[in-house]
Amino acid sequence: MPSAASPRIADLIAKNSKSLLDEWLAHQRKSTATRSDLIGDSELAEQSKRFLAAFETGVESGTLDDTTGDEWADARDLLSEISRSRATQGFSPTETASFVFSLKQPIFDLLRREFASVPQQIADETWRMSRLLDQLGLLTTQAFQQTREDIIMRQQQELLELSTPVVRLWDRVLALPLVGTLDSARTQVVMESLLERIVETGSEVAIIDITGVPTVDTLVAQHLLKTVAATRLMGADCIISGIRPQIAQTIVHLGVDLGAVITKATLADAFAIALKMTGATVTSRSSAG
Amino acid sequence: MDRIPILKMGEFLLVTIQVDMHDQLALQLQEDLTQRISDESAAGVLIDISSLDVVDSFIGRMIANISAMAQVLDAQTVVTGMRPAVAITLVELGMSLEGVHTALNVERGMTLLRQKVAAPGG
Repeated sequence: MPSAASPRIADLIAKNSKSLLDEWLAHQRKSTATRSDLIGDSELAEQSKRFLAAFETGVESGTLDDTTGDEWADARDLLSEISRSRATQGFSPTETASFVFSLKQPIFDLLRREFASVPQQIADETWRMSRLLDQLGLLTTQAFQQTREDIIMRQQQELLELSTPVVRLWDRVLALPLVGTLDSARTQVVMESLLERIVETGSEVAIIDITGVPTVDTLVAQHLLKTVAATRLMGADCIISGIRPQIAQTIVHLGVDLGAVITKATLADAFAIALKMTGATVTSRSSAG
Repeated sequence: MDRIPILKMGEFLLVTIQVDMHDQLALQLQEDLTQRISDESAAGVLIDISSLDVVDSFIGRMIANISAMAQVLDAQTVVTGMRPAVAITLVELGMSLEGVHTALNVERGMTLLRQKVAAPGG
């Protein structure tokens, strides 16, 4: 009779919580999955203690086959928190999930001791506990995954910001060295940050240097043309520099018309033109004197 | 009905768009501006759109049209102060306003206008 047995199991766990915790901790310390190099013993003990308390509350409620209810809210929150912290500490998903799974051993031992005379009940209770802990274990994996995904998203965002530095070369001259492949999302960010900087600095000339762009296809060329057009609309001139010979060949083969755009082979050439456009002159001291 | 004021500064006309452009207002501006250019025989027109933060393809086309019309009436046109978001929108809409001269702010726009008037076609 499961309904009558469930409070008993709760009582059992509550009564033996101290020994359970000790056994569990001993078990975790032995296991290689605990990664004592990443997590301190006191922190592990603290986490285990808190989880066992939340687990007791959950078992106490009697709902052992469904961990999505309010009874398990504490345990779920705690597990998500632990998974999150472990994901950032550098644990693998297996190592994170084994935190919960390692609780099986002490609980099964306890069941075996208590129900030694009734094998049928050992099997039943073991099955129920196993299912319960499996669910909780899966929850940690899910939370772990979520945290990793958040980290990846954040890194992508940071990479996007890092990859579009707009530098001021001279009074009213900006340069935008592009490195890596240009896609639509990146072009949008590039365009926005370039235009923002033009307004901020009141620049008249913007140099887009594509030395670091590995390939230029029609889409990339399209993006470049858009950026040039937008810059022009703002009232600034745009120069594209760093076009490698292969890329020049590709552009012509693709039939992309860059006729309306000032293009230069190197950033140095573009800079010289930019200085001329802003009315600055560079003279060598020796030749002048 | 609302109108966008057209100010006369020497031989130039100055239009600053300070409100949200709706279609009727743009048409009215086109009407008024061409009339004023012809009345005053203005040499140049400066349109400042630094307060304009929403554009659609119609307004984009109006800007291009007004500029082309002024050109026909022998007045150089400079559009100044376009915001980044507006520039991106226009480009995404496929309107790069080829024939329109642009400048970053009114001051630069005036300098550009003087240059254009002094050396037409340049």
